[in-house]
Amino acid sequence: MERRERGLLENIDWTTILTYLALVLIGWISIYSAVYDEAHKSILDLDARYGKQLIWIGVSLLIALFILVIDPKFFSQTSYLWYGIFIVMLLAVLAIGSETKGAKSWFGVGDFGIQPSEFAKATTALALAKILSGIDVDMKNLKTKFAAITIVAIPMLLVLLQNDTGSALVFLVFVLVLFREGLSLSVLIFGAAMAILFVLSLVINPYVLISILFVVTIVIWQLNRRRKLSIWLCLGLFVFAAGVVLSVEYVYDNALESHQKDRIEVLLGQKSDPKGVEYNVNQSKIAIGSGGFFGKGFLKGTQTKYNFVPEQDTDFIFCTIGEEWGFVGSVFVIGLYLYLMIRLIKMAERQRSKFSRVYGYCVTSILFAHFTVNIGMTIGLLPVIGIPLPFISYGGSSLMAFTLLLFIFVRQDASRMDLV
Amino acid sequence: MKNTLSSRRFILMGIFITVGIIYVIRLLFLQVFDDSYAQLANRNALRFVTQYPARGLIYDRNGELLVYNELVYDLMVIPRQVKNLDTALLCQLVGIDKEQFLTRMKKAVTYSTYAPSSFEKQISKEDFGPIQEKLYMFPGFYAQSRTLRYYPHSVASHVLGYVGEVNENMIKKNPYYKKGDYIGMSGMEKYYEELLRGTKGSKITLVDVHNREKGSFQNGKYDTASIAGSNLYSSIDLQLQLYAEKLMANKRGSIVAIEPSTGEILCFVSAPFYDPNMLVGRVRGNNYMKLLNDISKPLFNRALMAEYPPGSIFKVAQAMIALDMGVIYPDTGFPCDKSLVGCHNHPSASNVRDAIKMSCNPYFYRVYQKIIQQKDPTTQKVESKYGLSIWDEAMYKLGFGKRLGIDLPDSKSGFIPDTSFYNRYYKGGGWNFFTIYSNSIGQGEVGVIPLQMANFAAIVANRGWYIIPHLVRYYGDENLKKRNTQYVKKNFSMIPREYWNLAVEGMWGVVNEGGGTARRARMDDIAVCGKTGTAQNVGADHSVFICFAPKDNPKIAISVYVENAAGGGGTWAAPIASLLVEKYIKGEVLRKEMEETYINAAPCQSLPLRRYVQKSESD
Repeated sequence: MERRERGLLENIDWTTILTYLALVLIGWISIYSAVYDEAHKSILDLDARYGKQLIWIGVSLLIALFILVIDPKFFSQTSYLWYGIFIVMLLAVLAIGSETKGAKSWFGVGDFGIQPSEFAKATTALALAKILSGIDVDMKNLKTKFAAITIVAIPMLLVLLQNDTGSALVFLVFVLVLFREGLSLSVLIFGAAMAILFVLSLVINPYVLISILFVVTIVIWQLNRRRKLSIWLCLGLFVFAAGVVLSVEYVYDNALESHQKDRIEVLLGQKSDPKGVEYNVNQSKIAIGSGGFFGKGFLKGTQTKYNFVPEQDTDFIFCTIGEEWGFVGSVFVIGLYLYLMIRLIKMAERQRSKFSRVYGYCVTSILFAHFTVNIGMTIGLLPVIGIPLPFISYGGSSLMAFTLLLFIFVRQDASRMDLV
Repeated sequence: MKNTLSSRRFILMGIFITVGIIYVIRLLFLQVFDDSYAQLANRNALRFVTQYPARGLIYDRNGELLVYNELVYDLMVIPRQVKNLDTALLCQLVGIDKEQFLTRMKKAVTYSTYAPSSFEKQISKEDFGPIQEKLYMFPGFYAQSRTLRYYPHSVASHVLGYVGEVNENMIKKNPYYKKGDYIGMSGMEKYYEELLRGTKGSKITLVDVHNREKGSFQNGKYDTASIAGSNLYSSIDLQLQLYAEKLMANKRGSIVAIEPSTGEILCFVSAPFYDPNMLVGRVRGNNYMKLLNDISKPLFNRALMAEYPPGSIFKVAQAMIALDMGVIYPDTGFPCDKSLVGCHNHPSASNVRDAIKMSCNPYFYRVYQKIIQQKDPTTQKVESKYGLSIWDEAMYKLGFGKRLGIDLPDSKSGFIPDTSFYNRYYKGGGWNFFTIYSNSIGQGEVGVIPLQMANFAAIVANRGWYIIPHLVRYYGDENLKKRNTQYVKKNFSMIPREYWNLAVEGMWGVVNEGGGTARRARMDDIAVCGKTGTAQNVGADHSVFICFAPKDNPKIAISVYVENAAGGGGTWAAPIASLLVEKYIKGEVLRKEMEETYINAAPCQSLPLRRYVQKSESD
């Protein structure tokens, strides 16, 4: 027992833990600053958001500690169980949950609420890792693909039904994991192409776009004639693309809700509405932009503190960082995330167990999705999609869920030598 | 196989790093290259609150307050904070009906529910009393005090001027002013604007998204305190001014009185005048239009802006100039030859003194002829051009035909015709003495403003010099008055004192001797020296009088001009001036019957046409 504990301490990836602690600390400081009020200065004031966050940090650290001391096999063995439990929770929240900002994704417990969808990402990661680590699993295998997609799709659909589009979109990021496990590159390219096509067809007149696509098709075919690229394949792809372009408008009009369309149109510059939809993004950009190179300094931000930026301690927390710590601080935070994600990939690659590796990639991908979407939104590069910035945004569910997600992997990694 | 898949980690890392780099570049543009966001942020969160200084007060020469700042109240409302409102009571207190209440509230709500907007403006202290008592019953309403100009004696409207809100042009010209600021629009308020206004201060406060104040910006590091405006201690004698306005109440014209030794203006009236309080506060707009459209032009400052024919008072100046030029001598006599120009019946004048006293038209016809028909020393030929040009110069020295430089914003210069004028007037230069002789007796093309007439009376009183007439003696703080050093220089006429003594004697005769034209101005105990004038024009004659008193060591010089009075200078203007002299020197008027007559008299007939005929009869 004693030897094993020492082994654990030696094998734990302390760099990851330190990065985690740094992000959590930055988060707390930013929340403190965002809601700082001369009248409530005590950092332990439990009425204030930063006081509550301090509790969540404590709880999260306890969870982390707990995960580190239990048997790593526990999670691989109970993956499906947790997955199942949270599918039931997602169903339950649909039935009896409470609604916040249009999304029905909360279980209210007194003053505090629990958001199962935050945890569902972690349990889905566990289940995906479990299924892909089975014997005879090959991504080229249709059965495997189907199983993997089903595992991801079920919670994703349930979250979508909660009207929490942002969180649901995060589930798409598991495609990166599948790619690492052998999914064809063309699927990734296809996905990217579809996304680009979607945006283009919103910006450009569909008939003009189809004409352009036709020219591109001919050019590609001409350039690749020597490699005997089939004209029929090219034309087929063209017809498919044209079909997509023509159907985008229909899908866009019918599948998206008006506020989502507004957010997309504002981002594409097709709509100007500084008092409405554009307000959040504008104020967010003003807050970040006014930070300058070195920022205004701790507690000196005017835009975030005086509520010009909405949701300044949750989804738009990056504004506080940008305003008070400037370009230097923003780049530092981005650097921390990139460092953490690359570190996690390296850790995943050193796993002997496939379960651990797949799970590691899941963790990285989820962090990447949140990082990209959240910061992209605050600096006006992506439409407004309300998902938290991992470890930094205010919120118990989010912090606990990300802690859980990360530390399960840290625990797996710490005993990578023991496991086969 | 395993190895190839493992190398896919580099693709993923590449994606992560690409996103990171894109974000860093974006942040570089947002935060480092583009500083417009910093300005936008300031526009969001900083409110520049102007600290208005108190405008300077204006006193009369004896320390009586002429203008002060009166506290009024704006009733402000913050719609969001309005609760359990007793609408009926509020309406009753403010004096509006329910419909007005609803429109005002709607307007306030449209502006902002969080920010205050004014519900009722400029409530006087008296009206505000009952509102204040019950204000606690109206949450969301509060009072904000501001100051308005107030004129306790309702006097001297044309001197003091008025204050109004700046317009776009003024803001463009002078960026000190911001929309909604007040500025002196006329009179002393305008001329001394920079002294009176003081210096605005500014306070920067932080506000939140709802426009609620959140405290000072960087502990007030960038705040500046306002500096109160300077008081003005004017030369106006309130009692004399009031008395002069009383005398002019039913007339059109003007009165200017000057202390000869200092050039200080003692009273300054342009009639009809108005109560300066009419142009203050909520009532200004309506009243201004009323005054503007009044056919008798009460806004028109006659004492500075009306270029009248001076009439016979001009003869005194002609005599002085002719003596100085050496074209006549103190004992030069001319017969009263009515074939030259009309005159009244009097013995021919055998010297300058008597000519002034009797105001003989043919005498001054000849005098002017001597002035104009002089030999040009360069050509040795008689040239009207030469005579006129040196006459012009001499007239300018007596304060005619040029702006005197009074401390009021707008003034006409009067008009002394010169050669270039006559060359234009008589195309091809076909003019000579015989076409312009009307100038000799203050008719013709000559135009003089009443201020210049009074100034000329002061020159005679001083026997040959004047200090530019002005209204402000001191300025600054009560305890730290500074002298107005702009007006201390004596302007000399360069005409010998002995000639001026002849003018004084002649003018004494006008009032005090048999055959004088202003006997009504005579007093037993004060030696008044004066000269009447009757300026002919298309309408009824203007009645003109200038005088000073006492003869020795004069204390006051006056010009009185009564438009279309259908009587000579001796009939209306002279007795009015006499009453003013008595009032100023004795402090009270004992000639009650005379006082009553001239206060009640309303001699002014048809409205003046501003075209003057040339030919003249004289007093």
